[in-house]
Amino acid sequence: MWQYILRRFLYAIPVLLGVNIITFMLFFVVNSPDDIAAMQLGTKHVNAQMREAWKVEHGYDLPLFYNAKKHSITETIFWQKSDKLFMFDFGMSDGGRDIKQAIYERYGPSLAIAIPTLILGLFVNITLALFLALFRATTIDHVAVVICVMLMSISVLFYIVGGQFVFSRLFKWLPVSGYTDGFLSIKFILLPVMVSVLAGIGSGVRWYRSIFLQEIDQDYVRTAYAKGLNDRVVLFKHVLRNALIPILTGVVVILPLLFLGSLLTESFFGIPGLGSYTIDAIRNQDFAIVRAMVFLGSVLYILGLLLTDISYVLVDPRIKLN
Amino acid sequence: MLVILWTDALVFLLVLSLVWFCFKFLKYPATRQQWRKAYATPMRMVALVILAFYIVIGLLDCIHYRPQLPDGPNGETVYSEVVKSALDWLLLPNSEQMETSYSAPFAKQLFTPEMVKTPNGELEWVSVKLQYVSGAKLLPLILMGSIYALALWLIVTGVLWLLLHKRLRQSSVPWHAGLFAFGVMVWLVCVIAQLMPHYHIFGTDKVGGDVFFAAIKSIRTGLIIGTLTTFITMPFAVLFGTVAGYFRGWVDDAIQYLYTTLSSVPAVLLIAAAVLTLDAIIQRNEDLFQLSAQRTDMRLLMLCCVLGLTSWTSLCRIIRGETLKIRTQEYVMAAKVLGLRHMQIIYKHIVPNLMHLILISIVLDFSGLVLAEAVLSYVGVGVDPTTYSWGNMINSARMELGRDPIVWWSLTGAFVLMFTLVLAANIFADGVRDAFDPKAN
Repeated sequence: MWQYILRRFLYAIPVLLGVNIITFMLFFVVNSPDDIAAMQLGTKHVNAQMREAWKVEHGYDLPLFYNAKKHSITETIFWQKSDKLFMFDFGMSDGGRDIKQAIYERYGPSLAIAIPTLILGLFVNITLALFLALFRATTIDHVAVVICVMLMSISVLFYIVGGQFVFSRLFKWLPVSGYTDGFLSIKFILLPVMVSVLAGIGSGVRWYRSIFLQEIDQDYVRTAYAKGLNDRVVLFKHVLRNALIPILTGVVVILPLLFLGSLLTESFFGIPGLGSYTIDAIRNQDFAIVRAMVFLGSVLYILGLLLTDISYVLVDPRIKLN
Repeated sequence: MLVILWTDALVFLLVLSLVWFCFKFLKYPATRQQWRKAYATPMRMVALVILAFYIVIGLLDCIHYRPQLPDGPNGETVYSEVVKSALDWLLLPNSEQMETSYSAPFAKQLFTPEMVKTPNGELEWVSVKLQYVSGAKLLPLILMGSIYALALWLIVTGVLWLLLHKRLRQSSVPWHAGLFAFGVMVWLVCVIAQLMPHYHIFGTDKVGGDVFFAAIKSIRTGLIIGTLTTFITMPFAVLFGTVAGYFRGWVDDAIQYLYTTLSSVPAVLLIAAAVLTLDAIIQRNEDLFQLSAQRTDMRLLMLCCVLGLTSWTSLCRIIRGETLKIRTQEYVMAAKVLGLRHMQIIYKHIVPNLMHLILISIVLDFSGLVLAEAVLSYVGVGVDPTTYSWGNMINSARMELGRDPIVWWSLTGAFVLMFTLVLAANIFADGVRDAFDPKAN
């Protein structure tokens, strides 16, 4: 097992290298450092000197891949920037702020929204799906599936805009947006969490229902019924426990990514997390931040895959990793 | 003068290949039988009819031209810089008339009164009449529309019945539901056609544009993103997937590495990064595009490619897995023994057996892509801000619910048309999956 984990870690290195090359191509080859400088500084009241100074300050003044003057590949933008990324040293944003500092400050609020959303969402979706599995092939089930498809067909944007309208403007129960530290932040967290859970119900319930129904077709369920157990015992004791394997592994993949927060929810509700940080960077065309977030996102995703494999072994003794 | 934009060309290519596909595969009774399952329930039939209406509107909006202007000083023909579509021409009064500000659905005056100086020098709040609302009575208009709709429906139904009544009577297809849905849609189209020259059905937006017109024009964008994205990237997914699964070895390793790397970047971030950089290229080479419509069109096409970049990996993975299974089958072995070349085996024996997977993936991806467009436009990496799209409509209207008194119609307009399309697509996709996926039951 440890050998396997080690091997997976080693396999992650070429993948991250690939991600790094892709983002490097996107950001530095497609747009030359001169273009980036021009974009950040604007074209009015800026002379070539200022642009050069900006490039030196941000380390964009080196050749891209090969430094012919010094005959080295280390004195290049590619090497310098990649080297630091792999050390998780994200450097300065194009706007001139420290990226690592921003990440430290902002992951808290992101998690404050993401974790309750995940837990509440899982609870609601699984409960409803179990309920539907109990009433499978009845009118309740059919109607509920149609409702699920309808809920799935609504854009997240409408959930957010609608949720803000109903709970904040119409009933005035909760503030529209904002954030504070400490326990008081609960009133700001409640609405984004509720809206996110609601937006996920349609696809979530349908997905879990199909998992349960797949398990119900298995032989061990028939055996359990044959032993004379009733529907409820079979569902909760046998089906639920076995269905937990696909559910758990589906959740584990996204666990590390929770750290990055949700782009839409955070920006609509004014949560100062990593999601809104990314969205602001995209809107300001701050390539340094976007590049750092892409790299971080890939690292977390690969970590999620690794955790998934490990969790398979932990919950299902039949699986052996090699 | 006819203008063919890049996306138009691709859409027509897509339609042609669909027709070819139908001729090639629908001649087998077994395939026809399978397809029939895809619309075997009344709900799916209704969804299919609604989708067909959307597609017709979208196709009409894909025929672009530049209207002729009065002749120039030397007698040469001059064409307008603004590109119009056949749909614009059909909705002519609405496509060109602009009010000055918000107005409610079916209103006759602007939503907010304006301050006007009266002759005796006093300031007064006056409600301003809308310029392009005739104020004709609603009931006669609706009645006229209904009569047209009934006539049209009777003619179509009658013709269908005369031609096919023997087959319809025995067929298991829920054609009652189809005809019913067709009737409702025809009624809606006729009534709206009657009302549109006289009223703003969904009101007007901030700058006075007709909301219903914008929502209708957005159909093309939605359909293009939903279909072209998979259409553009599918050849790559199929080629890479089959080659990886068939040849194994280092080819397999290389392709697996490629898609693992691409899929390990969170999709939104990769899309944002790609759009940002490609956008910068378009901005730098602005002089390449004669017309602004060509530039926005290029941006739309680019968005499709970028979305495809993130979505082809899953299809590629599925195809690779299935190819691994198929390559050990006897018929592939036999083909090998008979001396067929590798690419021939892939083309003749493997790809046809993957068709159901490709089909399911196209149909399932569609609604997700339409929804993704809205989100990306909000993030700022979607279609060009001047393109009509539901994402842009929502984005510009998202603060309107916070106004007092609230302006609800822009969001509602986008919601109704988008929801109907995505819902119909989802229901139809379920049907296709049931019909073609051997695992689904």
